[in-house]
Amino acid sequence: MSITRETVEQAARLARLTIADEDKDRLAGELSAILGFVEQLDAIDTSEVDPLTSVVGATARMRTDAVTAGDEPERVLANAPDRVTDFYAVPKVVE
Amino acid sequence: MTELNRLSIAAARDGLAKGDFSARELTQSCADAMAARGDLGAFITPTPERALEAADQADARRKSGDDAPLLGIPLGIKDLFCTEGVQTTAASKILQGFIPTYESSVTTNLLRDGAVFMGKLNLDEFAMGSSNTTSFYGNVVNPWQSTSKPDMELVPGGSSGGSASAVAARLCLGATGTDTGGSIRQPAAFCGITGLKPTYGRCSRWGIVAFASSLDQAGPMARSVEDCAILLGSMAGFDPKDTTSVDTPVPDYTAELGAGVKGLKIGLPREYRVDGMPAEIEQLWQQSAQWLRNQGAEVVEISLPHTHSALPAYYIVAPAEASSNLARYDGVRYGFRADAPDGLPEFASLEEMYATTRGEGFGPEVQRRIMIGAYVLSAGYYDAYYNKARRVRSLIARDFTHAFEQVDAILTPTTPSAAFGITEEPNGVEMYMNDVFTVPASMAGIPGISVPAGLSSDGLPLGVQLLGRPFDEVGLLRVAQALEDAAGFITTPQLMA
Repeated sequence: MSITRETVEQAARLARLTIADEDKDRLAGELSAILGFVEQLDAIDTSEVDPLTSVVGATARMRTDAVTAGDEPERVLANAPDRVTDFYAVPKVVE
Repeated sequence: MTELNRLSIAAARDGLAKGDFSARELTQSCADAMAARGDLGAFITPTPERALEAADQADARRKSGDDAPLLGIPLGIKDLFCTEGVQTTAASKILQGFIPTYESSVTTNLLRDGAVFMGKLNLDEFAMGSSNTTSFYGNVVNPWQSTSKPDMELVPGGSSGGSASAVAARLCLGATGTDTGGSIRQPAAFCGITGLKPTYGRCSRWGIVAFASSLDQAGPMARSVEDCAILLGSMAGFDPKDTTSVDTPVPDYTAELGAGVKGLKIGLPREYRVDGMPAEIEQLWQQSAQWLRNQGAEVVEISLPHTHSALPAYYIVAPAEASSNLARYDGVRYGFRADAPDGLPEFASLEEMYATTRGEGFGPEVQRRIMIGAYVLSAGYYDAYYNKARRVRSLIARDFTHAFEQVDAILTPTTPSAAFGITEEPNGVEMYMNDVFTVPASMAGIPGISVPAGLSSDGLPLGVQLLGRPFDEVGLLRVAQALEDAAGFITTPQLMA
């Protein structure tokens, strides 16, 4: 599996990452190496099994549909890089 | 009283109960050790003053008749556990300055039982790494030095490298770690200490910065099997806040430590003999099997046919889940936010703010993994990669289920080598091979423990790994204790406080 510069750009866009132009070829090589390594799984017959969903076979628990926490804007917003009253603030966006 | 920091948790607990020393004296001893060995880089955020206050509270609790199991015991906390009021970074720039307003469930349990936290321990960024060289806050140094190159700084392993280094160097009596593909067991082996990854679901993941949610599991790292058993008793437990937490009672993990291995069947998987593995690793493995045989265990060869598929499947599952988990770091709600590009007053779009923040906030290894994750989850590839890997995971889990119909525990080497130099670390896929023996148990969710068993020809510690049935940590610790007794590993690292 060989990853091109364009695929690197596509993956970076999906991952919301700004990648410097000079890093793209290096990343293409590194991602190709990893995908080449995982390619050996193709040789394994998995037709008899389902994808594993839980390692301990646990089933989802039910709980009462009730409010257990909330109404604590100060604790929620304590680490916000920027805020306006009880809202997160983001930089002004110019179209 | 000197060198209290070198006591085991069990011995310190006895000493505190008898009044031989106070929690403050014990904590001061660890604080002095931390100050003396700051060069190891084991802590990102040391909190000795908070620790001394907590020690005073522990002493007061004891005076009033409290005998909680960890009352006054100084521990280090991997900086992946959210701690209320103390910076939690996951070793990433993107969480610099993040001060949680809540406490993780595991650390809440430890505080309930009286533990004293010495500070937040260094790790690989977002727990992604096997050498503790990807932290934004600097490398961690292994307190051990090789006989051939004593001046060369060695890696402590990763991702719980700060935990392993701090415990080995006697900066604290024990530490929390987390293990996604070997992040407790591999650094424990590299630093000559004991590390236990419990069964998935045994310790709550709530309040632990998520890496790969179907694999992440917290566990103890300490200087003996008994100390790990004591710590696990406090860390484990059902937590309704983690939907994968398992609602089974927490047993006394120390109950069968002295029961021996007579009559138990131990399996040696033939697939764990890999090309290029040093002869001394093979020898230690066989020696360990002989130790158990001498104590009355029956040792048999077994087969885990899908062993070598575990690592490639892991490098699909873990990055896929990481790319999803790390989507939350966008510079809006917490942590780092990038400035607008050169001289511009603002970003052209909100998306540009996200991407710039993430591009500047995540280090290279994290970026690589979330790009791999985004790629294997993208339209058209999901089945070929992610679902394929999950099917392989079913085969790996089935191998272990079959094996545990024949044997009570499985014995393997922990790592294919001893610790390597910080400057000679392998690259890319080669680095991933460090976890070749630890990843299969992670993929199957079963418990595993690394016990120091001997030294390499270069004087560095080597560990062996025991794997057990799901939720049979009691049985696993019993075999581990027998191995520890036989190995008699008492050598200490050169850079010890």
